[in-house]
Amino acid sequence: MDKDFKESIHRALTNGNLTGALGAFSEAYTVNRAKAYDGIDFEELRKKIADLKAYAAANLEQLSAEFTHNAEARGATVFRTDDPAAVREYILNIAQENKVTRVVKSKSMATEEIHLNAYLEKAGIEVGETDLGEWIIQLAGQTPSHMVMPAIHMTREEVSDLFSKEVNERLSSDIPRLVKVAREQLRPRFLSADMGISGGNIAVAETGSIVLMTNEGNARLVTSLPRIHIVLVGIEKLIAHFADVATILKALPRSATAQQLTSYVSIITGPTANPDGSMKNMHIILMDNRRSEMAADPLFKQALQCIRCASCLNVCPIFRLVGGHVFGKVYTGGIGTILTAWFDALKQSEDIQSLCIQCGACKDVCPGMIDIPGLILELRRRLVQEQGVPLLLKSIYTVVNNRSLFHGMLRAASVAGKPFTSGKFIRHLPLFLADLTDGRSLPAIAAVPFRDRFKKIAQPTQREKVVFFAGCLIDFAYPEMGEALVTTLNKAGIEVLFPEGQTCCGAPARYSGVYDVAERNAIDTIKALTAVECTWVVSACPTCTVALTHDFLSTFESVGQAGWLTEARQLAAKTIDFSSLISKLIEEKRLTFQEGKSLEKISYHDSCHLKRTIKVSKQPRELLRRAGYDLTEMFESDTCCGMGGSYSLKMPEISAPMLQRKIRNIKATGAAIVAMDCPGCVMQIRGGLDQEGTDIMVKHSVELLVDYLK
Amino acid sequence: MLYDQFKAKAEAVSAEVYRFSDRNAALSWLVDFLKREGMGDTPETAALWASGPFLTGGERQQLTSGSGISFVVTQEMAAQARFGINLMAWALADTGTLADNSTDIDQRLVSSLPTIHIALVPTAGILPDMPSLFTRLHPRDCSYLAMITGPSRTADIERVLTIGVHGPERLVILCIDAFEGGK
Repeated sequence: MDKDFKESIHRALTNGNLTGALGAFSEAYTVNRAKAYDGIDFEELRKKIADLKAYAAANLEQLSAEFTHNAEARGATVFRTDDPAAVREYILNIAQENKVTRVVKSKSMATEEIHLNAYLEKAGIEVGETDLGEWIIQLAGQTPSHMVMPAIHMTREEVSDLFSKEVNERLSSDIPRLVKVAREQLRPRFLSADMGISGGNIAVAETGSIVLMTNEGNARLVTSLPRIHIVLVGIEKLIAHFADVATILKALPRSATAQQLTSYVSIITGPTANPDGSMKNMHIILMDNRRSEMAADPLFKQALQCIRCASCLNVCPIFRLVGGHVFGKVYTGGIGTILTAWFDALKQSEDIQSLCIQCGACKDVCPGMIDIPGLILELRRRLVQEQGVPLLLKSIYTVVNNRSLFHGMLRAASVAGKPFTSGKFIRHLPLFLADLTDGRSLPAIAAVPFRDRFKKIAQPTQREKVVFFAGCLIDFAYPEMGEALVTTLNKAGIEVLFPEGQTCCGAPARYSGVYDVAERNAIDTIKALTAVECTWVVSACPTCTVALTHDFLSTFESVGQAGWLTEARQLAAKTIDFSSLISKLIEEKRLTFQEGKSLEKISYHDSCHLKRTIKVSKQPRELLRRAGYDLTEMFESDTCCGMGGSYSLKMPEISAPMLQRKIRNIKATGAAIVAMDCPGCVMQIRGGLDQEGTDIMVKHSVELLVDYLK
Repeated sequence: MLYDQFKAKAEAVSAEVYRFSDRNAALSWLVDFLKREGMGDTPETAALWASGPFLTGGERQQLTSGSGISFVVTQEMAAQARFGINLMAWALADTGTLADNSTDIDQRLVSSLPTIHIALVPTAGILPDMPSLFTRLHPRDCSYLAMITGPSRTADIERVLTIGVHGPERLVILCIDAFEGGK
């Protein structure tokens, strides 16, 4: 990882203003967004948006031509180019031909993408940003840290210092007063500018219209007062039909700022009269800059479904810690990582893609239905393909790829780790768990792994058999979870099978972009699990469950492995997570709860893969409640705990504050026990609570249910 | 029904909404309002009305001579004026939005530069939502389709909502039931 990048993360994490402002905003955003969408079927709405944007992405050529034709018929001049340099020259030419000395701009990401301001300024033209946040950034000589709220990282005191310098007067930090100063300062510039430059939220092919949304009213002035209006839009803003504008406008302000609608929406179709009665000189630039290439990529074409609402930033548990600046100069957050990889270069995304913990929070709220974590994973894969695997990772995965060697080393670690074991926790583990220390204790490798304990469990032979896929953590760190699972299923008259050939599910390799190892792991697992007859394959680890139900297929698709697809599909169909299986057995009355239990106060933590990929969140709660536990919800129960497999190893600085936040929310409930369905989360959260010295117990649901089912 | 929803939604975003049975009631309230809010003879206290077919010659004369409202609009005047008045033909109940064809630059000058924007809206022009607007107002016949939802706002400094950045600080909406009637 690049040293400057590491430093920029460190700077962000230690910037109290930034983390405070972003933290408060992201907490409020989730609540307000839900309110803004009240009464609206979001899934239906985003399906419509995804469809209409996907159509546009698949027909960029045709829509560009149609837009050009229709806008020109209305009197605008349209220029289409692939080349950012050509855009800059075109705008400068118009400015020089028309003796422009002053430009006012309404927020436009596309102009930032091509670094237009500096280019025009070098040619002696004054360029003024007019969006308040953009103006602040411009005065500070910085770049935006958020696509919708560019100056969110700055405090009122910093803004007051900047403005004081600008007006040569010591200003207070009263926000309404500062806003007034901005109004007074910018007003004369609007009135005297010769050229207005805007972006566009939507470009409508059918009518040749540009749709602009602002809250401050600056876009209205930029597009109305100066005698020249330049619009710069990326071609991904094109849509086919005018009626679809209403569909996008229903989602964009709600997702962006939790507003029903922005204060101003302007739909501009061709030039209009200027205040002096002359006709406006209007140019629209359709910029490609690799968007067509993106549209031709079978996976990345969906990134063009983005409507630039930035909700993927607002819900990201990492973004709220580090802010936008670590992502680079233009596009930030999850979607920004993807756009940077394309508009800039794949290499540019090398560091920033590693910020993603793959929790899936962004995918859930994206109004364009973009699989942002999936695409980031694909970037990771392509980077590994292009540049190879770092040496350390390579040696780790060589071991993981060889089951007997891997398991042998884990067994050795259980002995080697002994001297350092204090109670249930040790400070160091070998291999990929080696450096996981800060802010969290780690479990000892079990003296006897589950695979050995299993042989000693006396099970009655039953007609119905279920295969248990333990996964590395239950097998080698938490065998007691596996034992509880066997006991529970035995009560339902089910015999549990444990095929010995099972190994790592491949998730660690896959999430590091090392797909050949993930492929090998997948094949080994499929071989082991499909060799025996059973009704279900059950897993008590959501990451493993997702590997078996989703990731094997996707890995095979990525690497072009067709030989195991049928078996992978069969395995996926049979695989079920622990809580869902128990819920089924209760529904079928094969398991019942002991009556009249009144148990401890507990809280439930949603694991990312269980809630957002497998879509299971009600079942475990229902089970725990019915067992007799007094369930109380924690704040942000479905926010990632910071584990993310090897993420906590690669990004300990980010993982640690995520964990601290989770622990704060757990403690605030006053619960005696915190339950979850994922051994990875147990490892993270138990370790964190242990370091804090609290006596809150961290348990997998299976451990909490086993004694109360019959 | 639509009016109630519109009023609630518009007020939720800090617009001020009043309802009048007919144009006379609205106009006399408007004149009182302008006086109360400090309309005067200086450019800074002026009220500019972007003319449309709404007012009769008699009404216009009355408003010009009696109250000092100007029907001449220029960029310079609008940039200084305290009040900007126009007619917005449509409104959207589900978001509290005003909408109209603002191709005429005067419409935009009076609704974007002055401190207070006063919009006259026929109650019958309140539509349920944007899709119903788009069947009545289309770029085909309209070069600048404008929608306005509440006054100008920002939250760019510390996410604190602040009203009145580049556009009006106040949006006053006069809904008129019997809108026709003048000649």
